[in-house]
Amino acid sequence: MISNEVGYNSKIEGEVIVTRADSVINWIRKHSVWPMPMGLACCAIELMASAASRYDISRFGMEVMRFSPRQSDCMIVAGTVTYKMAEVVRRIYDQMGDPKWVVAMGACASTGGMYRSYAVMQGVDNVVPVDVYVSGCPPRPEALLDAMMKLQGKIGNESSVSNLSKKPESFKVS
Amino acid sequence: MIDDDFVNALLHERDFLSIKHREDCLTLNCSPDSLVDFCKHLRDEQTFDLLMDLTAVDHGEEAKDRFSVVLHFYSLVHKSYIRIHVLCPDSQSPSIPSVSSVFPAANWHERETFDMFGIEFSEHPNLKRILMWDDYPYFPLRKEFPLAGIEVPLPAADVAEVTGADVDPAPMMGGPFVASGNSRMSEAEPRAKDESWTEESEKPL
Repeated sequence: MISNEVGYNSKIEGEVIVTRADSVINWIRKHSVWPMPMGLACCAIELMASAASRYDISRFGMEVMRFSPRQSDCMIVAGTVTYKMAEVVRRIYDQMGDPKWVVAMGACASTGGMYRSYAVMQGVDNVVPVDVYVSGCPPRPEALLDAMMKLQGKIGNESSVSNLSKKPESFKVS
Repeated sequence: MIDDDFVNALLHERDFLSIKHREDCLTLNCSPDSLVDFCKHLRDEQTFDLLMDLTAVDHGEEAKDRFSVVLHFYSLVHKSYIRIHVLCPDSQSPSIPSVSSVFPAANWHERETFDMFGIEFSEHPNLKRILMWDDYPYFPLRKEFPLAGIEVPLPAADVAEVTGADVDPAPMMGGPFVASGNSRMSEAEPRAKDESWTEESEKPL
């Protein structure tokens, strides 16, 4: 029996768990990511596929796609961001409550992709701070799931408590 | 059927028409002033009641008449196309009459042609840009406009102020990027035409 007591034992420690606030907050946050599906092109189809039964994004606790930025905390930019649309992407990002994260899904959202033209913004990171980039044109649902798990890892390492007292930094491209 | 009799009947007593060529389909030159009436005639009398396409051609800055507007009509009775070619009289501020009163489908086509080429369609009900934003200062499909684009401010001033972003020329990196044609798929993927230069290292002279 002693060999099983590596973890928490209520008989010895009582009904108390000792941990760090960061760990708890991050654990809560990363298992309830509410994505904002910013579907702009064909990547949105793969985004829908990853939410459907075969790939099932809900296995990882982030299936609650909300079409209102005020209810979501992770914007998945899926598709080609034109200069005309970049304004809208930024405004929707501004309407999301902190803490918030951005995933650039696919070649177009990451770098402009094959659209090297006068109309297409060469990467959504020109207007919003991107946390995870996903390669592919479009990426398969597995790639998006991997990116979301990478994002969970990133959320897990944040200093959430000390960030609480900080002002949200205004974002500027270098 | 579009045969010589049809063409002769169509051109009869219509001085504003002339045959441009008949290579793929009957292509007629038409003067701008008579365009709307002729479109109405094509629709009501000649059964060409489908406006398939309306676009423009930029013949280059050196050309005497720089812009022409091209219209394609289809007849479900004749089962064939007619192409109408209209030269814009003024190359500096090109303008032709709108046909959207005859073919409502022309409305957005004319807006796109205005957006891309800067051709005014007089008496158009709502002539404003349809693809680019309203304040965009250039006409992207004109010959002198570079594919990569020209630096201008972002459409929204407040977003540009917060992010510091603007509309930059796209990196061409030895492009334009074209597929090599009839080779294997792995080789036919779009590649830069001239990989000897990028934006960082200039093209060798």
